[in-house]
Amino acid sequence: MEHLSYLKDGYGLKSWLLTRDHKRIALLYLVSITVFFVIGGLFAMLVRLELLTPAGDLLAAETYNKMFTMHGVVMVFFFLIPSIPAVLGNFLIPIMIGAKDLAFPRINLLSWYIYVLGGVFTLVAALNGGVDTGWTFYTPYSTAAANTHVITAAVGVFITGFSSILTGLNFIVTIHRMRAPGLTWFRLPLFVWSHYATSLIMILGTPVIAITVLLVAAERALHLGIFDPALGGDPILFQHLFWFYSHPAVYIMILPAMGVISEIVQAFARKNIFGYSFVAFSSLAIAIVGFLVWGHHLFVAGQSVYAGLIFSFLSFLVAIPSAIKVFNWTATIYKGSVSLDSPMLYAFGFIGLFTIGGLTGVTLATMGIDIHVHDTYFVVAHFHYIMVGGAIMGYLGGLHYWWPKITGRIYSEAWAKFSALIIFIGFNLTFFPQFVAGYLGMPRRYHAYPPEFQVWNVASTLGASILTVGYVIPIVYLLYSLVAGEKAPNDPWGARGLEWEIPSPPPTGNFTVSPVVTEGTHQYVRPSQEVDVA
Amino acid sequence: MPDGFQREHFPGPIHRPPLVANVDAIQPGLHAEHAHHPKLQHHFDDMEQQAEASTLGMWVFLVTEIMFFGGLFLAYLVYRWANPSGFQEASNHLNVTWGAVNTAILICSSLTMALGVRAAQTGAPPRTQVGWIVATMVLGSAFLGVKVIEYADKFTHHLVPGPNFVWQGQYPAAAEIFYSLYFCMTGLHALHMIIGLGIMTVIAVMAGRGHFDDDYYTPVEVSGLYWHFVDIVWIFLFPLLYLIGYHYH
Repeated sequence: MEHLSYLKDGYGLKSWLLTRDHKRIALLYLVSITVFFVIGGLFAMLVRLELLTPAGDLLAAETYNKMFTMHGVVMVFFFLIPSIPAVLGNFLIPIMIGAKDLAFPRINLLSWYIYVLGGVFTLVAALNGGVDTGWTFYTPYSTAAANTHVITAAVGVFITGFSSILTGLNFIVTIHRMRAPGLTWFRLPLFVWSHYATSLIMILGTPVIAITVLLVAAERALHLGIFDPALGGDPILFQHLFWFYSHPAVYIMILPAMGVISEIVQAFARKNIFGYSFVAFSSLAIAIVGFLVWGHHLFVAGQSVYAGLIFSFLSFLVAIPSAIKVFNWTATIYKGSVSLDSPMLYAFGFIGLFTIGGLTGVTLATMGIDIHVHDTYFVVAHFHYIMVGGAIMGYLGGLHYWWPKITGRIYSEAWAKFSALIIFIGFNLTFFPQFVAGYLGMPRRYHAYPPEFQVWNVASTLGASILTVGYVIPIVYLLYSLVAGEKAPNDPWGARGLEWEIPSPPPTGNFTVSPVVTEGTHQYVRPSQEVDVA
Repeated sequence: MPDGFQREHFPGPIHRPPLVANVDAIQPGLHAEHAHHPKLQHHFDDMEQQAEASTLGMWVFLVTEIMFFGGLFLAYLVYRWANPSGFQEASNHLNVTWGAVNTAILICSSLTMALGVRAAQTGAPPRTQVGWIVATMVLGSAFLGVKVIEYADKFTHHLVPGPNFVWQGQYPAAAEIFYSLYFCMTGLHALHMIIGLGIMTVIAVMAGRGHFDDDYYTPVEVSGLYWHFVDIVWIFLFPLLYLIGYHYH
């Protein structure tokens, strides 16, 4: 029987811009976050080029400040946070739970328009001369001293926050209320679990950053005394409110990637996940404990040392559920029937890089060490291992894994493997030297530096150039696959899950008949077969 | 290597259990009961699922609202803890009578809202439904009217933070922070009231056209949840802003 694919259900611009189909909205997000990824990447390249030489010769100090600020704002709020949830989560969650769409299709479309509106504000701020506060908008610099476009950028971040809130709200209601008959919580794919945990952070954390940046804008515009010490305000309160969201925001970036890796590891090791419920609950544990660690950003900000000790301890605690995931993926791969297709290469990259990023996170959560390397490139390297080595590796792995499902086309596997390798090499060459330079004392956010750090910076800039090539190659072969790629079957990988049961690309309503689920959706080994083995 | 761990025991893509079956074959009638209700959106199985999704969606949204206001309540907590006397002194200049009147107005509007939801749930005639919703809107507008009087008073007495702020008492810095928070918190609350009036306008029009009956009343119900939430925020704002200095006279 021929199904009308969602891609062929209307061709005009209107059929895309007014669509309520979660799959089309996912593609709208895919295109727009890719645009912001390219913009954010250009800012990063300018930063790296400036740092090629110790003298501040390419960019003036003020311009350099704007470059790293815009890089941070664009990458964090307009690429990393929406990346996996808004693209892959939007596309896959309804299909994985056997639903026709998300619970609120119109709100889903609204969230994309809100995202675009916030993006426009931020781009206007960038084109008018940019912002130089750092992506953290620390007060009182941002509210009293900076003479750049703080309000426009803050309003952009405020608006975009609501797209994130609406996405999280939609996912939570959908996962609670739209599951197919028989699809109990413990039969859900781990991708859905991790998105549920992510959505909790989105709805609980994002409103706090919204009110915080709104207060920054109000203080700047109306001279209210909330954060400015000259008016009796407390700048540390801003830091508390900011990190109450912005630390959990890191888990908004990494948890969906962890969900992707759980799917890929099972599919390419041909085994059920080791310790399903531990992996599922570790997502929730990360979401909950992640809300209790923000104070580790304030170790040198005048926070009491006793508060610091407690935040340090709580930060160590997050390592436990994170480590559970790493151990369980490893145990899943162990003695599995492993095939090294490109998504699996990204998964291997993720596990290794996330482990380095996570362990250096534990290092930084130790107060003594943090005071030593605070505001150095050691910190920059640490969070890029999580956000780029973790989140982007997971995003690219997921994009490659589900590309045949999303587009109905097979991409060039040889090029995909090649680019995965290039990205892995380029990434490590970019960021590993930053650990060294930072540990030796190179501070972040300066456009000039002492000559003894040059060797590490040259290596890092070289790595960034390789990384750029690695990111451009997939754009080329993935787009080429749309034109010349072989047609994808329902299940090109031999993977399990409801999304692989329906045509590639799926029809508009996903399922012609509602599925009834009688066992876990990811059974690579069934209980009866385990008995045979014994 | 022991037999148990040889690769052929791990199935490839070929041994695939049937995951998908026809739901109607197993649970006939699941779709039949409500399938043709005109208000059922295509992606829901039945009216009950649709109503549950909308209600849960509003509850989750209200959680985000609590966190949104929570940032301001935290700022209030921090600054009142740091300036207890200054906050009491500043609070004295708020008009407790107007605040109490507004509290009473909002509590009454919650009652009319609840009666409006009840009217829709029991399938009362459109005129009754519209009546309760309009009563709610009138009370909400009265609240905003009182707010306008209060704000105007603050403007004429130079109690608006910024360059023109004038404070005669002992704690001018704390008073300015208090009034910054006063305007942020009550302003955000008033904005929510205005949005609520917009929602109620839509609901009143829909009710007037006979959209709601005992089978389908979710929009009234979730709008009511929102309205009650905005009321509850005020129930916290009133004592925290108006009453902390009351015994100070």
